[in-house]
Amino acid sequence: MELYYLTAHQLHDMLIKKEISAEEITRAVFGRIEAVEDKIRAYVTLTRETAERQAREVDKSIAAGEKISPLAGIPIAIKDNMCTAGVRTTCASKILYNFVPPYNATVIERLNEALSVMTGKTNMDEFAMGSSTENSAFFTTCNPWDTDRVPGGSSGGSAAAVAAGETIVALGSDTGGSIRQPASYCGVVGLKPTYGSVSRFGLVAYASSLDQIGPITRDVTDCALVFNAISGHDPQDSTSAPYDQPDYTSYLTGDIKGLKIGVPKEYMGEGIDPAVREVIRETVKVFSGLGAQVEETSLPHSEYALPAYYLLATAEASSNLARYDGVRYGYRYKEAEDIVDMFMKTRSEGFGAEVKRRIMLGTYALSAGYYDAFYNQALKVRTLIKGDFDQAFEKYDLLLSPVAPGPAFKRGEKIADPLQMYMVDICTLSINLAGIPAISLPGGFVNKLPVGLQLIGKPFGEGDILRAAYAFEQSGARCCKLNLLQV
Amino acid sequence: MISLKEVEHVALLGRLKLTEEEKKLYSKQLSDILEHARKLQDLDTANVPPTSHVLPLQNVFREDRTGEHMTTEKVLANAPDRQDDYFKVPRIL
Repeated sequence: MELYYLTAHQLHDMLIKKEISAEEITRAVFGRIEAVEDKIRAYVTLTRETAERQAREVDKSIAAGEKISPLAGIPIAIKDNMCTAGVRTTCASKILYNFVPPYNATVIERLNEALSVMTGKTNMDEFAMGSSTENSAFFTTCNPWDTDRVPGGSSGGSAAAVAAGETIVALGSDTGGSIRQPASYCGVVGLKPTYGSVSRFGLVAYASSLDQIGPITRDVTDCALVFNAISGHDPQDSTSAPYDQPDYTSYLTGDIKGLKIGVPKEYMGEGIDPAVREVIRETVKVFSGLGAQVEETSLPHSEYALPAYYLLATAEASSNLARYDGVRYGYRYKEAEDIVDMFMKTRSEGFGAEVKRRIMLGTYALSAGYYDAFYNQALKVRTLIKGDFDQAFEKYDLLLSPVAPGPAFKRGEKIADPLQMYMVDICTLSINLAGIPAISLPGGFVNKLPVGLQLIGKPFGEGDILRAAYAFEQSGARCCKLNLLQV
Repeated sequence: MISLKEVEHVALLGRLKLTEEEKKLYSKQLSDILEHARKLQDLDTANVPPTSHVLPLQNVFREDRTGEHMTTEKVLANAPDRQDDYFKVPRIL
């Protein structure tokens, strides 16, 4: 198989056996980018020169007989909402079109320490607000499985790049499903970690109490390796949790005998494509066959998650995005009469339609007279939703559900109706409200399009998630393997 | 229903200048979304505390000591307009 379609752990083995060099890997990936990027459009910015230089450094380390980390020399694509010193970070927004961060996000520092090789910055829905990358101010990314379809979002560029061989692994961010849903649509693995397990320092904020960075990879082993590298306490993020970080690869045993898995019935209801439900029922059989105990359960407040999420996320966004005023960085409207005029015209020209809509909604929810009815009520409902999960996890180690109601949809299909687009996140956003971890991994196909299954864990229960995901992947019962995409 | 007047008020609070078309569109779309959100009122939450944050972390402090900070040049490097060591903006008063 071509180098650009291998996994990080396969390439690592080849590197330490000196069968290939890091520079060859990087060249192979950039060769692939040259061949298919016109059709996929996964990247906003490519960083080939630095990548090749970084790769040569890794080759020097190997030649000097140094022990290298599992991610050394491995190409990684970064969603364009994580700050990269000296490399443009746009959030796919006109308002940050020229922003060059003076510092690195903590995840970037950690990847640099691991000597991984950044390929570039990937496309996304503007400020991570969206489920299709159609809200990018620059262009829409295409799904490598069917280029008429969206790759999902908001981390659509990262997921498409991993699926199309335009990188080996990637980072995304997930506020309501933005790692898991594109992973599902593109047939790759995406982990949304426990809130607080990965530092948000240097991640451009959308909704601070929900945002979390996580890996997008081709298999579960790579997911564990990337998560190992980026997780852990960071004093620069006051919401970063101090916890004992295990080696997540130690959970990849293949043994899940006796594991208790609940399937919440609310996630298998009418809003879910029957073909997707069938895929999930098939995966239940696989888990049972592997020795897990699977049964139906209930998360009774599920139907309230979507409205609660959209009020809380937009309220936080309206406050977070107040910083874009044209004063210190980014786009500025030049012919303003006074400063308020400058603020208003800068923001109106700099933000796209969905971002403005969410600022409006969030501002409304927080404004005098509506605060209690909307924002405060949503915070209370968040408590109830979290309580549902706490209760379920008294009985189960994991929960299993679809990731999205259907496979990837066509470009333009949902963009005119915001509420219909929001529905796409119905199976994922409760997890962010509860702050718990969940993975999306390839579970099967509907109309030749990949469909993900979601495994949801307890707070800091990524180990159990990875254990079950690995056992499922290794069982080979479903087509988990990456198809060689003809794009 | 969110009236055009309410849309204008909220837009001003959010420092957004909307076109007439945008005002009409957001009036309708925000009404639809908020109508959906009214569902939350069905729940009795009188005795439910709000969750603004899932982690049991409070008052995270660091040691109060001096350290390195970013140079003025670095801070100003992205400025749309500057004069000497300041960000320059249109008149305020």
